[in-house]
Amino acid sequence: MSTPTAASAASHGAPSLRGSRQPLSDRVFRWALFISLTVGVVTLAVLIAYVTIKGWPRLNSTLWTNMPSIRRPERAGAQSAITGTLWVIGFTALFALPTGILAALHLEEFAKPNSRFQRLVEVNIQNLAAVPSIVYGILGLAFFARALALGQSVITASLTLSLLILPIVIISTREALRAVPRNIRDGSLALGATEWQTAYRQTLPAAIPGIATGVILALSRAIGEAAPLLLLGAVTFITFNPTGPLSGYTTLPIQIFNWTKDSREEFQILASATIVLLLVLLLAMNLAAILIRNRTQKRW
Amino acid sequence: MSASPTTAPDLAAEYSLRQTRSRAGEKVIRGILLAAAAVSVLTTVGIVLSVVIPTISFFSEIPVTDFLFGTVWTPLFANGQFGVLPLISGTIVITVIAVIVALPLGLGAAVYLSEYASDRSRRILKPTLELLAGIPTVVFGFFALEFVTQILLVRIFPGIDIFNALSAGLVMGVMIIPTIASLSEDAMAAVPSGLRDGSYALGSTKRQTAVKVVIPAALSGIVAAFVLGISRAIGETMIVTIAAGLEPRLSLNPLQGMQTMTSFIAAAGSGDLSTGSIEYKSIFAVGFLLFLLTFIMNIISIRLVRRYRQVYQ
Repeated sequence: MSTPTAASAASHGAPSLRGSRQPLSDRVFRWALFISLTVGVVTLAVLIAYVTIKGWPRLNSTLWTNMPSIRRPERAGAQSAITGTLWVIGFTALFALPTGILAALHLEEFAKPNSRFQRLVEVNIQNLAAVPSIVYGILGLAFFARALALGQSVITASLTLSLLILPIVIISTREALRAVPRNIRDGSLALGATEWQTAYRQTLPAAIPGIATGVILALSRAIGEAAPLLLLGAVTFITFNPTGPLSGYTTLPIQIFNWTKDSREEFQILASATIVLLLVLLLAMNLAAILIRNRTQKRW
Repeated sequence: MSASPTTAPDLAAEYSLRQTRSRAGEKVIRGILLAAAAVSVLTTVGIVLSVVIPTISFFSEIPVTDFLFGTVWTPLFANGQFGVLPLISGTIVITVIAVIVALPLGLGAAVYLSEYASDRSRRILKPTLELLAGIPTVVFGFFALEFVTQILLVRIFPGIDIFNALSAGLVMGVMIIPTIASLSEDAMAAVPSGLRDGSYALGSTKRQTAVKVVIPAALSGIVAAFVLGISRAIGETMIVTIAAGLEPRLSLNPLQGMQTMTSFIAAAGSGDLSTGSIEYKSIFAVGFLLFLLTFIMNIISIRLVRRYRQVYQ
């Protein structure tokens, strides 16, 4: 507080023109701003503490070795939800990553910039990124589950979730590609490489760390998503692991939702323990994304 | 590397290094890439078709005016009524609560991060705030019902329903803080520092500079952030499904339970409705309304962002 001028002068890179003493109204304002920043962080801390304390009695191996059970909540586990999440996310990655990365390559490296079509595609992707997830559920229900008759299966859920995260994959891949300097492309082209050879062997590898960060964040969004799956049959009571792409399934967020609906205290504890499991998984993924970003940040 | 004159962007455009004649394989690959990009356009087409077709057949049975201005929503009853106003009022009440929480806090956080925080503390604070955006909404819903309602709100409002709009709105507000903060901060970071220095040179304090120079200069970006935040609140499903109850009610009392457009879709869609029934089609009619509302807000937000990018580049 005593030398706030030094820090911000450095951040704007100019000599400070500000007075050295702040009036009271300025100090109050600064504190109000700081408090508004901490409300979110404190809520996050309270949330994590609450579910950890509440779920503590059930945070043991039965959580992943046992199947869900309505009759015996004290012995119920979340195994089918864990395997279901792995199946669904595996297929989601299989669909969304190649499509998203190839689409980004097209938009960033091949498409004519500022053509009408290009601008339409861009606005379209930005809008899709903000379409409510339940609307994707409606699309999945009408198109994948009923029109294509894939039913309430792992593959329906994966296709729907991959459309949901596609805009995120495309946007982050494009940013990573844009950060690769032009020299690298020109050098490759000057040596006689074709445009695709340049994109595939030079630009894409140079952008991999950035793409990886975006992809991890997109997949963690898919892992936590529940709303569209409500329309796609995941709420049915499932006590088996998926056996293939057309098998029925449940996922961690859906299992948490089902237990939350049951007001018995044992189920609330079970839901808390499962939330801890889900949050640990997501935090680990977020951490990995941040580490990749920091480790591999290249100065070109 | 940068010393080489040929790397200047305008020269590169003139002396293109690209081939004049492309190979056949290259053309196939280009086709594949274009197809991948087309998936996103087809997604939008798919969404529009999948909500519009059942909606048209819904309105052949239920008059549009009954839907838009009816005050009773009981689609799952025998002889159900299809007045969507209770769902709209529920959506509005919860969104307004969320917005009251998120707008000031999100803007405050953005001003702090952009104008006050040192580079080092920003590097820690920003990712922490963004973690909040990575929490699954089903977890927020659980937190709203179990902690906010049953531990906090019952002490403050003894008569509150277990399922109520207030807890859902408050938690949803916290959920959209990162959306608003990070977009607003982007807009403020794009304000040239010359404007700030000019303000200081005229004797303004830091607060006056932030409030009277930086915020107005970044206004279109901030408004874009607000609009996108509201759009997210309208479309949020799990928090309201879990914490606000499933009873459609035309009421402005936040201590009561309410149903929103999204939580109706979730509740009706997770049941086993037969494809041709009017109840089944009502899911799509409400979905169409939801898509239309959020689409309009998203486009407004995208336009506003483009405007501030043009001004400061």
